[in-house]
Amino acid sequence: MTEATKTAPWRFRQPSVLPGFGLSLGITLSWLVLIVLIPLSGLVFRASGLGWAKFFELALDPRTLNALKISFGTAFLAAVINLVFGVILAWVLVRYRFPGKRVIDAMVDLPFALPTAVAGIALTTLYAPNGWIGQFIEPLGLKIAFTPAGIVIALIFVGLPFVVRTVQPIMEEIDKEVEEAAATLGASRFQTISRVLLPGLLPAGLTGFALAFARGVGEYGSVIFIAGNLPYVSEIAPLLIVIRLEEFNYAAATAIAAVMLAISFAMLLLINSIQAWSRRRYVYVA
Amino acid sequence: MVGLAIVLGGLQLGAASVAFADTTILNVSYDPTRELYKDFNAAFAEKWKADTGETVTIQTSHGGSGKQARSVIDGLQADVVTLALEADIDAIAKETGKIPADWKTKFENNSAPYTSTIVFLVRKGNPKGVKDWGDLVKPDIQVITPNPKTSGGARWNFLAAWAYGRAANGGDDAKAQEYVTELFKHVPVLDTGARGATTTFVQRGLGDVLLAWENEAYLSLEELGPDKFEIVTPSVSIKAEPPVALVDGNVDAKGTRKVAEAYLGYLYSDAGQKIAAKHYYRPFKPAAADPADIKRFGDLKLVTIEDFGGWKEAQPKFFGDGGVFDQLYKPGQ
Repeated sequence: MTEATKTAPWRFRQPSVLPGFGLSLGITLSWLVLIVLIPLSGLVFRASGLGWAKFFELALDPRTLNALKISFGTAFLAAVINLVFGVILAWVLVRYRFPGKRVIDAMVDLPFALPTAVAGIALTTLYAPNGWIGQFIEPLGLKIAFTPAGIVIALIFVGLPFVVRTVQPIMEEIDKEVEEAAATLGASRFQTISRVLLPGLLPAGLTGFALAFARGVGEYGSVIFIAGNLPYVSEIAPLLIVIRLEEFNYAAATAIAAVMLAISFAMLLLINSIQAWSRRRYVYVA
Repeated sequence: MVGLAIVLGGLQLGAASVAFADTTILNVSYDPTRELYKDFNAAFAEKWKADTGETVTIQTSHGGSGKQARSVIDGLQADVVTLALEADIDAIAKETGKIPADWKTKFENNSAPYTSTIVFLVRKGNPKGVKDWGDLVKPDIQVITPNPKTSGGARWNFLAAWAYGRAANGGDDAKAQEYVTELFKHVPVLDTGARGATTTFVQRGLGDVLLAWENEAYLSLEELGPDKFEIVTPSVSIKAEPPVALVDGNVDAKGTRKVAEAYLGYLYSDAGQKIAAKHYYRPFKPAAADPADIKRFGDLKLVTIEDFGGWKEAQPKFFGDGGVFDQLYKPGQ
């Protein structure tokens, strides 16, 4: 994603021994245009037909704002949690050997494979007031299913593999000698982790974070089962889009979608630039 | 995707029909009619074969009523639509022009061959003693209903509750709104569809009362065992009229008008009425159905959508953007 930023001034990279740059770039571009750009520009095109005044009226509706806040807020929180625990998971999988490691490694990918609706139903069953987990935490006054907390749980589930799978290969590349060198130079364990290891993992971690976050913002299937879907409380933006479509209100649905697209794009751009910046600072593993 | 698959499937079978002189029609319906149309399609195909010697294959597509309507608007080649709400067929008529605006007059009883109503499903023994709508707003009662925005059935639920609020307060609509506002404070979860709400009530054990289509309630009782739940019929409810219509634009393009018309007409025949009653729909002509089937229905006072000024008035007023339902959830209330 950020390859071009590394080699300034900008120019086409010299052809490698592998042939076919022109052809593969052509395929890349037309494929992206066909699969990504045309559908998304269709959305922008429809939204632009609304006119600015109408667009802002629809987009700044309190219910829409609230749904956006819930969607982006829960996705952000879930991505932060995934960043922390994803790095720990990757750490364990890369640095330690223990029985059943391969099985656990394979399990990380399960959220990718499972239809999200199935995940949503399973999580709801667990966390509902009469569920396996729900029945124990409910008496403690903790409500998870049918509250925003439930949304966060669903989003942690669907976003987990992103962080683990982006951080894992980078972690594998950090030689053990780096840690040992730090230790011989008198660094404490904490210093080794915080000053030596983590900075190098930051770009990959941020990529994983961005992916998990983006996934969470757009997630629908798993969330609607556990959210409770109460307007102003646990109604996510994708559900609000569906609701507007059920009202045959295509204009409002388009407006919400366009706002989501704009915010997501801005946030991904921001995360990518932070990532590019940190990659330049800690070049030794990049 | 499913829509596309059905269209492609339809095209394929349509092509085959030239060779074998057989016809395929597509009935786009809503969720709880699965079992009904499975039976009915078989009966109609047999009847059509006996009458004309032609073989007809009927495909049925099920899903949320509003979503089904949108598929037809987006180009799904339905020959007939049998949906949960008049408003959904109106939307197809308005958006595509493939259905004439006066479609309701084409068949008897406002194009509703069978009707249903909204009843309560409660846990066995009725532990909270729920008898009527008034009990639903008592302090420790939780009510499960799907979101009227995404579920056709839930709109009937909403209007049935309103009808009670109105009847209990001498026809005062402001009081009815107060009642419904209070009622929705007892709703902890808004599922997107009727089947989802049933799951919440039955599997998650959430709530004390499920507001449900009468036919769905009986069906769940049949499937889940009558030892776990029971049906409470309130004193007043709404006559839910799921309508049917021919998609003129499509049948003329496909040349299936004759068989599609006969298909809908057959719903009104004695045989069709009998099948509807068997599947817990209230038939338009009860005399044609099995008396034992009719006896299963509880007795109650039924208001109709006309008491709300018809769907053309009720839909935007109650369920439109910023309508009564949206106001229930305005922050600070």
